[in-house]
Parts: sequence; structure tokens; C-alpha cells
Amino acid sequence: MSAPVLVDIQQLTRDFGPLRAVDEISFQVHQGEVLGFLGPNGAGKSSTMQMITGNLAPTSGQIQINGIDLLDSPKQAKAQIGYLPEQPPIYPDLTVDEYLRYAAKLNGIKGSAIKSAVEQAKLRCGLEKVGARLAGNLSKGFQQRVGIAQAIIHSPKVVIFDEPTVGLDPIQIREIRALIQELKSDHSVILSTHILPEVQTMCDRVLMINRGKLLMSEAMNALLGDESQSTLLVGFNRALEISALQTIPSIQQVEALADNRYRLVTDAPIEAAETIVKRSVAEDWHLIELHQEKRSLEQVFVDTVYNDQGEVVTS
Amino acid sequence: MKKIIYIASNEARRLFYSPLAWTVLAAVQVVLGFMYVMQLQFYQQVQSQLLASPEPVGVTEIVAVPIFGNAAVVLLLVSPLLTMRLLSDERSNKTLALLFSAPLSMTEIILGKYLGIMIFFTMMLLVICIMPLSLLLGAQLDFGLLAAGALGLWLILAAFSALGLFMSALTANVTIAAVSTFGVLLMLWILDWAGDMPDSQLSELFSYLSILNHYESMLRGVFSSADLIYYVLFVTTFLGLAIKRLDAERI
Repeated sequence: MSAPVLVDIQQLTRDFGPLRAVDEISFQVHQGEVLGFLGPNGAGKSSTMQMITGNLAPTSGQIQINGIDLLDSPKQAKAQIGYLPEQPPIYPDLTVDEYLRYAAKLNGIKGSAIKSAVEQAKLRCGLEKVGARLAGNLSKGFQQRVGIAQAIIHSPKVVIFDEPTVGLDPIQIREIRALIQELKSDHSVILSTHILPEVQTMCDRVLMINRGKLLMSEAMNALLGDESQSTLLVGFNRALEISALQTIPSIQQVEALADNRYRLVTDAPIEAAETIVKRSVAEDWHLIELHQEKRSLEQVFVDTVYNDQGEVVTS
Repeated sequence: MKKIIYIASNEARRLFYSPLAWTVLAAVQVVLGFMYVMQLQFYQQVQSQLLASPEPVGVTEIVAVPIFGNAAVVLLLVSPLLTMRLLSDERSNKTLALLFSAPLSMTEIILGKYLGIMIFFTMMLLVICIMPLSLLLGAQLDFGLLAAGALGLWLILAAFSALGLFMSALTANVTIAAVSTFGVLLMLWILDWAGDMPDSQLSELFSYLSILNHYESMLRGVFSSADLIYYVLFVTTFLGLAIKRLDAERI
């Protein structure tokens, strides 16, 4: 990718006593990229994010934000970061306006620019009507939005959201999604979430970590398989010779499953499906099921994490 | 520098938003007001004898100075309640992330917090000063003595705040911050009682360390640089430790 690298993490490690929460994680985020951070609870997602934002000192490793080393010159590097922690850092006794003004000042916005920055952030996060209300009296969803507003108020190069959609209703989630898409044009966004479809729709790249280790870092398209090759699932109401399916020209591979069901790998799914239907009618195959199988992110996630754990939890 | 002031003004503003600060202000004022009235009555009783003595003691010494003396003890008890939330509260509410991810140095955060609480305590001191100043309505005051007392009280409050801020930096629990601050302050106060110990070197050290000992000479109107240096050292030590503490856990 030719876009500049905004976040460069090398061999990042953090120990909590004997526990290694983050274990030599390395990755990069380019401008205009939305990076999804996935992992089960306690995988080290939040710790990694805290380290990137300077809230937690790494045991070892290197963090560069927009080419500035966070450990060497924290102030300059932090000016490039907006961070929404797991729990929005809100003072309950300040009004939204007061709070955002304070956040703007802390992030180095000066004079008359403060007012416009606050207005802009409120507009982007849908907070226009609650400016005069105490942050502590707002609902969880609104507090979350105030947290997001605080993170983007100084238009940082890198925006880091730790579970941004927690506590939001579906409409707000859509708004946040739109906001992230908007931010992505000239910022990088790193976000962690448990909601996998969200990652699928929002992120360009996925990082999976478990027990502190980076298991996978792949672009979303590559992860979910390209469109040219796909698998079909077919089911029949009677036993069928597997060779009958193998003779269909567009099908490359046939895998027999239980109950007269088969998984077919093909490079032309539509053609193959048509042929199957035609031959089913002509040769009386009793076709009862036919659909294209899509590899979902959930499947990838479960596979990757369980492979790593080495054992499947019995249900 | 500007950011220190932003943090300080936000801190002071939030203190006044909380009922705790107002309650403490009111309680301190009531207690000191009561003491003031008692002292005034005592003065009226002994006034005639004082006039008869060859070296008359003024109203400032009998009424104003004890107020400052008592204020130090009362504030030793209540200041931990105000300093406890400086950082502990931010830690337990997870709001520290706002400061930590903003382009601020640890020194700016600590100094901002410290300045914020000192704004509050300075206001409190001014309100306390109104009581002895009200004597001006019917008497003449020894302003030198009064100023020395007020300055002494301000310095001792600066020391209380620095220690409280450090304790608050150590823990996410406000009660622990308050109790530990109170414990250390009490210890530093009663260290002076060891001044009567037979081992003279040790007792000298103890009485030097005692936080109220340096205040007492100011209450007598003696403003010596040695006492000033004690408070300056005290404040810088604990602010330095607080900065170190925050530095250790993050970048």
C-alpha cells in the first residue's frame, strides 16, 4: 500500500507481574485504513490500545505514531492521537460543553478555534441538543458519544476506539459507522469490538490476538476469500453417487458431508448451481438444499482462536 | 504552562461543583467561628488585667493568633478529604485517560492539580482571615503578626496539599488516599512531642521534621527562612514523588 504508515508497532510487550498480557506484537496501520482488533476477553486488546495511546508503559517494544516515537517524545506523538477508552473518560459534574472545551484546551487547541472545534465535534457525534446537560446525567449511549467527541476534537491523525459501539442503539451504531467511514479519509482508525459483523462492515483489515499473541493480520478481502472461488452446499433426499457430482465440469472438488450433503468447491458458482438443478430434475436426484457458502468472520475468528487454544471447549 | 492553568481551573471549578468542598468550607468556618467567639470572650474577661500589666499583650496575639493556630489543626483533619479525590477519583472513574492521552507531561498534570487545590485553599484562607480582620471595627491590629500567621497557614496548607496529592497518586481508592494522608500528617504533627526525649540529637531531628513546629514560630511573628525552606522542600519532595509515580505507570 502506498499510503503513509501512521502507526508502526514493533515487538510490543507488556508484563503484569508473571503474566505476559501482550507478547511481541508488531503491526502497522496506514493512512485511510480502519483496523479491527479482535480477540476473546482478556486477549490483550485493551492493553495494546492503552500502550499505543500512552496510558500504559510497555515493558519493551517500539511505538511510532506518524513517524514520531511515543516513548522518546510523548507530547508530540500524543498530539496525533485521539483515544476513547473502554469507559468514556467523562467528568460527571461537568456539562458536555464544559467538558469538550476542556478536552479541546488540553489537546492544544487555542483561542477562537476552541469554540468551532467543540461545535464541530458535537455536530459529528450528534450532541447538539445536550450541550448544556451534565455529562453524568446522560444515558450510556450519549456518554459514549461524548467520549467519541472528545477523541476526535483535535482531528488527530490516529483515532483509537476501544469498543465504540457498546451501549448504543442500532441507529446510533449506524451513525458511528458512518462517522468512522468519514474519519477514515485522512485519519487511521483502530477499533476493537466484540461484534463481528461490525468489523466485517467497517474494517479494512483485521488483527486477531489471543493470550497476548498476534495470531493473524490480514486484509478483510483476503480473509473472507475472494469472490472467484467459492463453495456450494448441496443436500439430497436420497443417497447419491459422489461421482455424479464430480462429472459436472465447473466443479473442482467434492467433499461428502453427513445426511447426503456435499460441499462443492467451484470457480463458477452460478453455472455449477444451474447445472446441478438441471441434472437433479433430469436424473431424479431429489435436490432439497442448495446454497452458496460464505466464510463468515465469525467462522474465521472461532477457528483461529480455537486452533490457538489447542482444545475446543465442550458445550 | 498554559495547560497547567487549564487543569488547575478545571480542578478548582469541579471542586466547587461538588457538595463536599462546600460542606468542608462550612464546617471549618463554623468550628473556627465558634473558637473565635470563645477567644473574644476570653479577651474581654482579661482585658482589664492586660491593661494593667507593664508589657500589654495585644488583641492580635490573644484572639487572632489562636485562630490561626487552631485552623492549622482543623485543616490537618479536613484537608485529606479534599486532596483525596485529586487523582484517586480520576483513577477510579477512568477519567485519567483523558489527561494521559492528551499531549501533556506528567509534571503539567501534577502541577495543574496542585495549583487547582491551592486555589481552593487560598480562598478558604481568605475567608478565615475575615474573622481576625473584623476586629478592625473596634481595635487596632498588629498587621505584621497577622501576615506572618496567614502566610504560615498558607505554607502549611501547601504542605498538606502536596502530601495529599502524592497519596492520591498512589491509589484508586479515595478512602485509602484520605486515611494515609491523614496518618502521615498526624505523625508529622506529633513528632514534635518526641522533643522531650532524652536522646537530644534524635529529638532535635524529630522536632525539625514536625510540620507544626515550623508554623509555631511564624505564629509568634518570627518569619525565618529556615522555616520557609522546610515547607518548600516538603512541597517539592512530595510533588516530585507524585510526578515520579505517574511517570512509572505510563509514558
